[in-house]
Amino acid sequence: MIRFISPRRLEQLGILGMNRRNIGFIGKYNPRARYPLVDDKLLTKQTALSHGIPVPDLFGTIEYQHQIADSVRTLDKFPAFVIKPVQGSGGKGILVIVGREGELYRKSSGALISAEEIRRHLSNILAGLHSLGGRNDRAMVEGLINFDPYLERYSYEGVPDIRVIAFRGVPVMAMMRCATHASDGKANLHQGAVGVGLDINSGRAVRAVQHGELVEEHPDTGAHFATLQVPHWDRILDLAASCVEMTGLGYIGADIVLDKLVGPMLLELNARPGLAIQVANMAGLRHRLRIARKIAEQTDDHDTKIALARERFGVHAGAG
Amino acid sequence: MKASKYQMGLIAGSLFFFGIGLTLYKAISLGFPLVPGESRQVWTIESKINFKPSGGPVQVDLGLPKGLGGWVVLEEYFASSGFGFTVINSAKGRTARWTRQNLDHSTTLYYKMQVYRPVDTPLENIPPPEIKRPRLEKDQLAATERLIALLRERSSDDRSFVSLLVNEFNAESRDMDAEFLLGSFEEPSLTVLQTVLAHAGIPAQRLRGIRLEDGRRRQTVSSLLEYHDGEDWVVIDPDNGQVGMPPNFFVWERGNDTILGVIGGRDSSLEFALVSNSLPAKTVMGMEQRAEEFNLLDFSIYALPVEQQGVFKVLLLIPVAALVVVVMRLLVGIKTSGTFMPVLIALAFLQTTLLPGLALFLILVSIGLYIRSWLSYMNLLLVSRISAVIIVVIFMMAATAIISYKMGLDRALTVTFFPTIILAWTIERMSILWEEEGVHEVLVQGGGSLLVAVLSYLLMSNRLVEHLTFNFPELILSLLAIILVLGRYTGYRLSELYRFRDLDRQQ
Repeated sequence: MIRFISPRRLEQLGILGMNRRNIGFIGKYNPRARYPLVDDKLLTKQTALSHGIPVPDLFGTIEYQHQIADSVRTLDKFPAFVIKPVQGSGGKGILVIVGREGELYRKSSGALISAEEIRRHLSNILAGLHSLGGRNDRAMVEGLINFDPYLERYSYEGVPDIRVIAFRGVPVMAMMRCATHASDGKANLHQGAVGVGLDINSGRAVRAVQHGELVEEHPDTGAHFATLQVPHWDRILDLAASCVEMTGLGYIGADIVLDKLVGPMLLELNARPGLAIQVANMAGLRHRLRIARKIAEQTDDHDTKIALARERFGVHAGAG
Repeated sequence: MKASKYQMGLIAGSLFFFGIGLTLYKAISLGFPLVPGESRQVWTIESKINFKPSGGPVQVDLGLPKGLGGWVVLEEYFASSGFGFTVINSAKGRTARWTRQNLDHSTTLYYKMQVYRPVDTPLENIPPPEIKRPRLEKDQLAATERLIALLRERSSDDRSFVSLLVNEFNAESRDMDAEFLLGSFEEPSLTVLQTVLAHAGIPAQRLRGIRLEDGRRRQTVSSLLEYHDGEDWVVIDPDNGQVGMPPNFFVWERGNDTILGVIGGRDSSLEFALVSNSLPAKTVMGMEQRAEEFNLLDFSIYALPVEQQGVFKVLLLIPVAALVVVVMRLLVGIKTSGTFMPVLIALAFLQTTLLPGLALFLILVSIGLYIRSWLSYMNLLLVSRISAVIIVVIFMMAATAIISYKMGLDRALTVTFFPTIILAWTIERMSILWEEEGVHEVLVQGGGSLLVAVLSYLLMSNRLVEHLTFNFPELILSLLAIILVLGRYTGYRLSELYRFRDLDRQQ
């Protein structure tokens, strides 16, 4: 027998559903004209840089098939890099190369691939395989992030990234997505990655969820989530809130990673952030969004908004 | 500026009530039945006469049907642009005549009629005509007589004689004399049959008409054979020897007169486009009584040419399938691969019927996925890879059709109705999904698409739904209103009640 939760109970919990997200938030607060700013990752990067928001280094972009051979040759300079489709969606088509092994390239999973396979991957990206609607696309090559070693314990292959939902400049909810062996190194919750709900006030873990069940520790690395405290939390909140101002989109999900040297960096923005963050936090978004709207109506000041958000949404008192 | 809730409600409400209101008006005041049960099957037959002018004055004569075998012509309409047109009444019946002094390009003339058969009456028992024996060459005469003698010996009466004769002509290994006659006459086998029957002293004549098939576009005249067994006329199909009038056979002409005569033209042909509609019995009666002043159906799909009526029959069903997609995605939250791909699959199911359609679809997609995995080793650019998949799909369709036809499964021939390009894209998407998200997601999205396709099919193939959409197209406005309202639905989806089921427990 399939178990369901009653819609009334979901309503009480303040869970945001897909339809309401689309009509009530995305449709209402995200003007279509601003979408390219987040859908085109190059544009996001340029805009972020001009707003003083740190992003991973750009090694180059590839627009045409004939550039592929040359580009792969120039990649020789870099020991590690990441290839992404400029207009990719949902983390599709991202190839992470962490090192070289003679002629071969080592993927983050440890598998070795040849230059030929990299060329093929690039060519697929250009043909629009990973892009919304299959449009022709460009590929971009970025520098690999030097992981903050503190967070490395919480992820199996792959980068733990922090997703913050910001509504009208108010950070509303946050989670960290930790790849697991079950999720095949991908930070996708329904594939078995662990979602760690983060306290907006302190950046400490509230709870960790895998496959809809609470977990205490990372299933592969054994790291305890109870003690997790995301460093640079102030900066992360500041960054997420700035993204709303930078893009003109009212409701966004900011994906942030922590670099060993630079600190928090903006990886990408999402104008249609998913609902899984509610599962990771075991909490609904709707109540918080209602409060966030009040905060946004109260004040226009960036810092006040964040301070109010920390006060209202905080679970743990004080920054750890 | 986004429409407010109030504006939306106003628009949706007026659309909804306009559709329902017009439907009710048609149902109550004009007597259109809301349910398909109490209806009569009315066939619309559009005859097309094609010919090329051969210089000089042109005269086209078309013998018009006389309402034989219980068929009643409700309405007829002639298209004769640029031609002089008259209908000549003579003892033999009515003939439509188009004339023109000169003509310099090939032309199509139209004759459209609506017919139905209130009662299935047998053909009138007219006295048999005098037998005229065609003159034959000596050897032909000898062969005819030998054949008659042989078959007379094997048969007990005229009926069994004619059946044996027809079977003999259709058999794969014929009697030598029959073979010789067919070979030496240089005429269609029906003419040979008639000659042999004349020599055997059995009065016979042709019976021409149309085998009615709904949606058929280029049907031609079919000829049956009719002979008098001493008491009654008996109809036999010269192609397979079946005795009796075939079902849905519209009798056009009885006797040996030609139906179409073209003077001053060549390469003439007579083709028919056929559509069957269910019309309310009452309306049909009214049409019969006042065929001339008939204009009740002028503002409906029935006013269109027959071929377009057939197209609209299907087109008007698509909104129903679209509604299914909207409901399944917004209310249930089912994932499909490609938003409207299930609708196209459901349209294909309409031709293949459900179970063979499902089987064919699964076979095509799974073989396609297998071949696609092989294609991915070849490192192709996306466009050429999809093109390759399209070609593979076409070959698979051909192979499926050939193999199943050889195995005697005629149903599988309808495989051609699957949209090739959509299938290719489906295979490509599924294959990528498989690589990126795993088999599970492929099954979820594939299963979701099929579920939506099957539900759409079940609705679209429902007689009531077909009847309503075709006879009351305005109902689609009401459907549009429902879709608009659903587009503003902000409640939870059924899938979310499942997805968030654990949130309650662990609070």
